[in-house]
Amino acid sequence: MLEIKNLVASVNKKSILKGLNLTIKPGELHAIMGPNGSGKSTLANVLSGKDGYEVSGEINYKGENLKNISVDVRAQKGIFLAFQYPLEIPGVNTNIFLKTSLNSILKSKGENEIDTLAFLKLVKEKSSELGIDEKILSRQLNVGFSGGEKKKNEILQMKILDPTLAILDETDSGLDIDALKIVAKGVNSSRNNKKSFLVITHYQRLLEYIKPDFVHVLSDGKIIKTGCGELAEELEKTGYKKLN
Amino acid sequence: MRQQELEKAKEYKYGFTTDIESIKAPKGLNEKVIKFISKIKKEPKWMLDWRLKAFDRLKSLKEPNWQKPKYPKINYQDLYYYSAPKSAKDKPKSLDEVDPKLLETYAKLGIPLKEQEKLSGVAVDAVFDSVSVATTFKDKLTEKGIIFCPISEAIQKHPKLVKKYLGSVIPINDHYFATLNSAVFTDGSFVYIPEGVRCPMELSTYFRINASETGQFERTLIIADKGSYVSYLEGCTAPMRDENQLHAANVELVALDDAEIKYSTVQNWYPGDKDGKGGIYNFVTKRGACRGKNSKISWTQVETGSAITWKYPSCILQGDNSVGEFYSIAITNNHQKADTGTKMIHLGKNTKSKIISKGISAGYADNTYRGLVDINKKATNARNYTQCDSLLMGNKCGAHTVPYIKNKNCSSIVEHEATTSKINEEQLYYCNQRGLNQEEAVGLIVNGFCKEVLQQLPMEFAVEAQKLVGISLEGSVG
Repeated sequence: MLEIKNLVASVNKKSILKGLNLTIKPGELHAIMGPNGSGKSTLANVLSGKDGYEVSGEINYKGENLKNISVDVRAQKGIFLAFQYPLEIPGVNTNIFLKTSLNSILKSKGENEIDTLAFLKLVKEKSSELGIDEKILSRQLNVGFSGGEKKKNEILQMKILDPTLAILDETDSGLDIDALKIVAKGVNSSRNNKKSFLVITHYQRLLEYIKPDFVHVLSDGKIIKTGCGELAEELEKTGYKKLN
Repeated sequence: MRQQELEKAKEYKYGFTTDIESIKAPKGLNEKVIKFISKIKKEPKWMLDWRLKAFDRLKSLKEPNWQKPKYPKINYQDLYYYSAPKSAKDKPKSLDEVDPKLLETYAKLGIPLKEQEKLSGVAVDAVFDSVSVATTFKDKLTEKGIIFCPISEAIQKHPKLVKKYLGSVIPINDHYFATLNSAVFTDGSFVYIPEGVRCPMELSTYFRINASETGQFERTLIIADKGSYVSYLEGCTAPMRDENQLHAANVELVALDDAEIKYSTVQNWYPGDKDGKGGIYNFVTKRGACRGKNSKISWTQVETGSAITWKYPSCILQGDNSVGEFYSIAITNNHQKADTGTKMIHLGKNTKSKIISKGISAGYADNTYRGLVDINKKATNARNYTQCDSLLMGNKCGAHTVPYIKNKNCSSIVEHEATTSKINEEQLYYCNQRGLNQEEAVGLIVNGFCKEVLQQLPMEFAVEAQKLVGISLEGSVG
C-alpha cells in the first residue's frame, strides 16, 4: 500500500524529516507517536503532497511513485488526510463541499456522479452510524464549529469519501471521551483487508479504542522504535525521553 | 479544429457569432443617423424631438475622465448606431416565426426559448442586436394588466406612460454617455406593473451584442405603480471580437408608493483576451427612483465580463421610509478593469440603504469599489450600512475602495466596513486534499466569499451565476 524510503523533507532549508522509512501493507493500521516537533505533521503533509516542502527520497503508493503528483490527484487516488486543524471556509455549505468532493473523486475513477438524493441518503446513513448530528452538514464548512465538531466532521468526511489510505493527524487532540469514541468508531468501522490507516497521535488514549498493528516512535525526523500495541502503553508510562 | 482555435474557443465559451445579415445605419453620429433610427422605429415626432434635444445637449458635453480605468479615445464618428437582424423587419408573431439561426444562438447560450417558455416560467423579451425578436408569456401578463414589451413598441402603444417617465430618473441633460444613449438608443425593455399587482413571474431579458463595430445603446424603463412588485432579470453574453465595443445602456426604474422593484444582472460580455486585447466597454447608467413612500429598489449585480466595467446602479430615496439596496459581485481577471459601486441618495425621512460589495481581482486586473452615500438635510433618521470586501488572487492585481459619505443630517447613522484579503493557501490545500482541483477549489471558495450577494439572486440566475464565478477565474491560480 505505502512504502516510504529514506524520506527527507525540509522547510526553508530547515530539515524536519531526516531519512524516514515506513512500510504499510493493505489492511494494516499504524500509529505514529512522538514528541512535539518530531515531524509528525510534516509527515502527514508531505504524504498528502502539500506545497512548500523540499522533499527527497521515495513515496510509493499502490506501487506508484507519488513524486510530481499533486494534492488533488493523490486525494482522488484514495489518500485522505484528517486535518489537525480543519480549515474554515465561510459561505460554503458543508454538504455541498462534500458532494463536490465526492463527485470529483468519482469522476476521476470514471464513475458516475452521485445525485443529490443519493448523496443525502449516504450522509444520513454515515452520520447516524457514527452518532453525529447531521445538522452540522447544513452549516458553513467548519465555520463556528467547536473543536470537537470539526474533528467529527473530518471523520464523517472520511467515511463518505471512503479512502484506501487514511492519515489521521492528531485527530484525537482536544477531544472529550464521547468525541474520541466517535473517532474510534469511524476508524474501526472502516477497517478491512484492503484499507490502511496511519494514525498520528500524542497520546496512548486513542489507542485504547483503536488497536494498531504497529506503533512507531518518531523522534527528530526518524523512526527510532517500532513495536506493537504494548509500545504505546510503555510510552505512556515512561515518556519519550528514555528512548533517546 | 486546430489546437490554437480550440484553445481560443475554450478561453471564451460564448465567443461565437451568427451570420444573420444585418441592416445598418451608415457609420457616424449626426442628425441624419438619429432621424434614420427614429424613422426605422416608426416613432412619433415627440420621440424624435426628444432624441434631437439630447443630441443637441451632447454637443456641449465632454466624456468624463475621473474614473480609474482609462481607455483609448473612442471615435464616435466611426461607429454604427443601428443594426438589426434582417428577419426583424417583419416581426415574428410567435417563436415559430423566429429565424432558426437566432434560436440556435440562444440554444448555444443555454437559453432554449421554447423550453424555457414551458419549463421555467420566465417570460423573455429577447434583444438581439438592438431589435426585440421574441416576446413570450405576453398573454399571461396582459391578463394582469402588466405591460412587458420592447420600448420601441411602448413608444407607439403607450406614449402617455413613456412620455411621463422616460428621462424622469436619468434626464436627457445627464452625463455624456447617458445623453448619448438618449440620442441614439435603439431598443430595450419597457415594463409597467399596475397598481396593486404582484408580477407572477420573473421578467427576463437577454441582451447580446453581435454585429461588429456596433455600439449598443439599450434603454430600459421599469415602472412599478402603487403597491406593486416586480423582479427583473438581465443577463448578457457576447461573441468574441477583436475590436472594442462600446455599450452605453440606460436603465431607469420608478417605484411609486409601497412598490418594490428587484433588478438583477448577470453580466458576462467578452472581457478581451489574456493580453487585454479586445473586450467590451461597459459604460452603463442605471438609476432607480424610490418616488413613493415605503417603496423599495434592490439592485443585484454579478459583473464578470467586459474589458472595462464602469457603472453605479443607484437609488434616489425620495419617498419617506423608502429602502435602497445594492448587492454586487465584480470579478476581474487577466487585464480586466472595473470601477463600480452605487449611489444612495437619501432625501426622504427614515430612508434606509444597504450596500454589500464583493470585489475579486486576479491576474493583472484592477477592481475599484466607488460609492456615494449622500444624506440630505431633510432625511431625518436615515440609515446606511455599507460593507465592501475585496479578495485578491496573486500579487499583480489591484483592489481599491473609494467610499464617499456626505451627511447633512445629524440624526442619521452611516456605517462603513471594508476588508481586503488574499485567497488563503491553506483553504485551497484543504479543498485539494478532498479531491478538488485548483479551479474547483477557487470556484468554491470565491462562491463562499460572494454568498451574501449570490443568495439575493432569483433561483433562475443563481445556478448560472455560481458557475460563472468559477469559469471567470479559471487559470487565475497556480
